[in-house]
Amino acid sequence: MTVTENPTPMGFGRMHRKEDARFVRGKGNYVDDVNLPGMLHGSFLRSPYAHAKIVSIDTSAAEALPGVKAVITGAVLETLSLAWMPTLSYDTQAVLATDKVRFQNQEVAFVVADNHYIARDALELIEVEYEPLPVVADAKQALAPGAPVIRDDKEGKTDNHIFDWSAGDKEKTDAVFASSDVVVAEDILYPRVHPSPLETCGAVADFDKVTGKLTIYSTTQAPHAHRTVYALVAGLPEHKIRVISPDIGGGFGGKVGIYPGYVLAIVGSIVTGKPVKWMEDRNEHLTATAFARDYHMRGEIAATKDGKIRALRVDVLADHGAFNGTAQPTKFPAGFFHIFTGSYDLEAASCNVKGVYTNKAPGGVAYACSFRITEAAYLVERMIDVLAFELKMDPAELRMKNLLQPAQFPYTTPTGWEYDSGDYPKALRLAMDMVGYEKLRVEQAEKLQRGEYMGIGISFFTEGVGAGPRKHMDILGLGMADGAELRVHPTGKAVLRLSVQTQGQGHETTFAQIVAEELGISPDDIDVVHGDTDQTPFGLGTYGSRSTPVSGAATAIVARKVRDRARIVASAMLEVSPDDLEWEKGKFFVKGDPDQAKTIQEIAMAAHSSLELPEGVEGHLDATTVYNPPNLTYPFGAYICVVDVDPATGQVKVRRFIAVDDCGVRINPMIVEGQVHGGLADGIGMALMQLMAFDEDGNHLGASLMDYLLPTSLECPSWELGETVTPSPHHPIGAKGVGESATVGSPAAVVNAVLDALKPFGVRHADMPLTPSNVWRAAQGRPIRTDLAIQ
Amino acid sequence: MQITVTVNGESHTRDVEPRLLLVHFLRNDLGLTGTHWGCDTSNCGVCTVTLDGVPVKSCTVLAVMADGKQVGTVEGMERADGLDPVQQGFVQCHGLQCGFCTPGMMLTARCLLDKNPDPSEQEIREAISGQICRCTGYENIVRSVRWAAEHEAAAKAEVTS
Repeated sequence: MTVTENPTPMGFGRMHRKEDARFVRGKGNYVDDVNLPGMLHGSFLRSPYAHAKIVSIDTSAAEALPGVKAVITGAVLETLSLAWMPTLSYDTQAVLATDKVRFQNQEVAFVVADNHYIARDALELIEVEYEPLPVVADAKQALAPGAPVIRDDKEGKTDNHIFDWSAGDKEKTDAVFASSDVVVAEDILYPRVHPSPLETCGAVADFDKVTGKLTIYSTTQAPHAHRTVYALVAGLPEHKIRVISPDIGGGFGGKVGIYPGYVLAIVGSIVTGKPVKWMEDRNEHLTATAFARDYHMRGEIAATKDGKIRALRVDVLADHGAFNGTAQPTKFPAGFFHIFTGSYDLEAASCNVKGVYTNKAPGGVAYACSFRITEAAYLVERMIDVLAFELKMDPAELRMKNLLQPAQFPYTTPTGWEYDSGDYPKALRLAMDMVGYEKLRVEQAEKLQRGEYMGIGISFFTEGVGAGPRKHMDILGLGMADGAELRVHPTGKAVLRLSVQTQGQGHETTFAQIVAEELGISPDDIDVVHGDTDQTPFGLGTYGSRSTPVSGAATAIVARKVRDRARIVASAMLEVSPDDLEWEKGKFFVKGDPDQAKTIQEIAMAAHSSLELPEGVEGHLDATTVYNPPNLTYPFGAYICVVDVDPATGQVKVRRFIAVDDCGVRINPMIVEGQVHGGLADGIGMALMQLMAFDEDGNHLGASLMDYLLPTSLECPSWELGETVTPSPHHPIGAKGVGESATVGSPAAVVNAVLDALKPFGVRHADMPLTPSNVWRAAQGRPIRTDLAIQ
Repeated sequence: MQITVTVNGESHTRDVEPRLLLVHFLRNDLGLTGTHWGCDTSNCGVCTVTLDGVPVKSCTVLAVMADGKQVGTVEGMERADGLDPVQQGFVQCHGLQCGFCTPGMMLTARCLLDKNPDPSEQEIREAISGQICRCTGYENIVRSVRWAAEHEAAAKAEVTS
C-alpha cells in the first residue's frame, strides 16, 4: 500500500511528522530504553509519614543482600555536601532526608543493585525508626499560631510562611470597588493536580573516572539548565557534563525541575564506577514529583449594574508543599498569575499572593500551566460567570460586552502586561456560531421544562507565552534566551541545532518546516538536532509554550542569516552585485532576468568550493544566533463546552466541545490541532476527574491511577476546532505558540458548563473536580472541600 | 524457571524468576523496548501486548504465564510489504505525539480490526478505553483506526475485483 496523502510541503503546512517513523515501529529511545554495559539499578526507600523525625537508619541487612552494590543515605550525602540541593526558586530541597521527613514518600535512602528487583528487595531490609510529628495538611492552617514548623532546617524559621507578593494598583482598585454598583466575591480553589505523563521520571548516569566526564540521560525538558545546575551543585566542571534528553514520553512541565533521583543516579555512578539507572514507578511519580496549582483564591469582581466590569481583586493562598521548588522566572514568585485580568478591559486590578509550606510534595508550576496562567484564566473566567449569575445576564453577552477590542492592541493591562495582538470578539462569535449558541439556549430551556439539566459553559482566555525578555526573566540567574545553529552541507542538505527539545510536540518536523520556508530546502533534507547539550547551543528548554515563540524565532533568524550569506555567494557565482539579486523560495535570480539563477543547493556547493568570495566574506553556509524575545506572545481562544448532567447521580456527560484558538501563524496546522486536542482532554480531566486530596495525617489519596483518574477515550467528546489568525507583530514569522493554550483555557469552560446546568439548584460555584459525588453534593446544597478528605 | 515464549513468531527459551513481569521479560531479557512500563496497576496500558492474539497489560502478567504462548509486540507489526495499515493510519492522522502509548494503542487497534473490520467511532473508543493517552485527546487515535479500517477495506476490494 502506498501512502500518498499529505505530501511534504516546502515550508508551512500539514506534513506528516518526521519522528513518527521510529515511534510507530517501537523504535523510540526513551530513558528507560537506555541500557549501558555493566549498568546497575537504583531505587528509593521513601517515607511512610508526612512529617516525622528520623531517629535512626540501619542499612546493614540491605548491604549484605547479594547483588546490592551500595546503599546511600542522607548521612552519606552529608559527607559529600550533597544532602541538600538548591531548587529553581532559591530555596533548598533535601536530596535524601537527614533530620526529618517532610512529606509522605519523601526520599530517605537509595539502593544500587544489579537489577531493579534486587534493589526493591533491599529496600525491604532497611530499618528506619521514625518519630511522627504533627502534620500540616491543610494549607489554611499553615500559618495558624502553633502550627508545626516544617522548615526548621532553615535558621531562625519559626513559621511556614514563604513569601508575600503583590501586583497591580491596590489603592486604585480599592477606590473603583468602593464606587461600583455591584461587587461579588467568591472563594475558588484550583486544586492540586499532577501532570502525570505516561513516561515517569528517570535517569541513567554514567561517570567516567578516567576522563572525568559525566553523561546523564534524563527525562528533562531543560537539558542545558540542568547541566549548569549539576555543575554548580556537584562542583563538576560544566564542560565535562553532558545531559542527554532522548525521546521523552510527555512532559507537561513535570520534567523541568531537578529531582533527587537524578542526583542519586549521578552519585551512585560515581560511588560504584558503573552506569546507574533510576526509573521511578507511577506511585512515586504521583506522590513525589512536581504537582501543579493548589491555589486557594478569593476573587472579587466589581461592575456596573448593566454589566460593565470595572475591577478585579484577588487574594491567593498558595500551597507550595515542603520545599519551594516552583520552576518559573525568578522575579515572579507567583509565576504569571497577575495576568488574571484575562481578556477584558478593566479600570483596575490588584492581587496578593501568599506562599506557604505544607507537609506535601514540592512543586506548583507544572502541567502546561504557562507559569500559573491556568490559575489566572480559571479565576477570571469563573468570576465572570459568578457575576453573570448575580446580574442574571447571559455569560456570552457579559463577555462580549467586556472583551478588549481589536483597536486597543497593543494593550497594556492594569497589572503591566503588554498584549501584542488580538481580535477577541471575532473568536468568541466564531465559537458561538460553531456551537449554535442561541439555539442551544432554547434547547436548554425546553429541557429544563422536562426536568433535564444541560449546561453551556464559555471560557475566553489570553495566554502569555514565549518567556521571555532577558532583562525581566531568568531561572536561577540564567536568562531566558535560546540559541540556534544552522549548517547547510555542500550538497544542500541542512542540520539545525536547537536548545529546546521535544516531549512529543514534533520539533523535528515543525522546526525543519521553518527552515524550509526560509531557505526552500525540503524539510526531508533538514535534520533537527536537539536534546543533547554536547550537540546543541545553550538555551533554557521547552516549557511554558516557549519553543515556537523563542526557538521558532531563533530558527527563522538563523535561516535568514544563512540566506544573507547565500546572497553574497550567489552574487559571486553570477558576477553581479548582491543588490541585483532577488530571492524566490529556494533560489536567487538576477532582477529582470529569472533565467540567471542559482538554487540554494548550487550556492551551498559553491560556498564550500574554491570560488573566490568578496573580501571579508567567510566561506561555507552556516550561522548561529541567540534570540532574546522582546516581549511575550499572547495567544488566545474562545471555548464552549456543552454538558448533560444527571443531578440524581451527579454524572456529567460532555456532549460537545468547541475550541477556537488563535495562536498567530500556524506552521504545521496538523500538529497545532493535535496540541489543542490534548489540552482539551486535560480540561475534562481537571474539571471532572483528577482528584489529589490528602487526609489529616498527610496521606496522599491520589497515589495511583486507580485513585487519580485520568480521562480516557470515553470521557472525551469528538473535539470541534476553529481558528482565527492574528499574527504576532514582533515574532519573525508571526507565530505565538500553542502547546498550553487548551490546558489553560478548557477547565473553566467545563466547570462553567456543569455549574450552568446546576443553576436551577441555585448553585453559583463549586470547586473542581466535579466528580459525581461533588456534583451531587453541590446540587444538594452541601459544602465541598476537594483538597482534603474532610467534608 | 525455564520458559519458552514465542514472541513475534520467534521462539525464546530463558530461565526466569517466577516473579518476573512479562513487560520486564520483553524489555530486559529480549531487548524489545517498544513495549513500555507505565503504572503497575493495569490502568495506563502502555505495556499492552497480545497474548495468543488477545490484548493484555504485560505489567500484570508474569513472564511464566506466557510459557508456551504466542506474544505479539509492536516490533512484530510491520509486514514484509511495509507498515501495517494501523501503523500507517497513526502516521497519516497524527495519532501520536510523544509516542509512549502508541505501541499499545496500535496493538489494541489491530486486534479490534481483526475482529471487527469496520468499527464505529464509539466501538473504537470502547476498544481503547482501557489505555490512556496524555497527548492526543484521543481524537486522532480514533481517526487513525478508522483510516486503517477504510484502507484495509479498499485494499481487500482491490484484491477481489
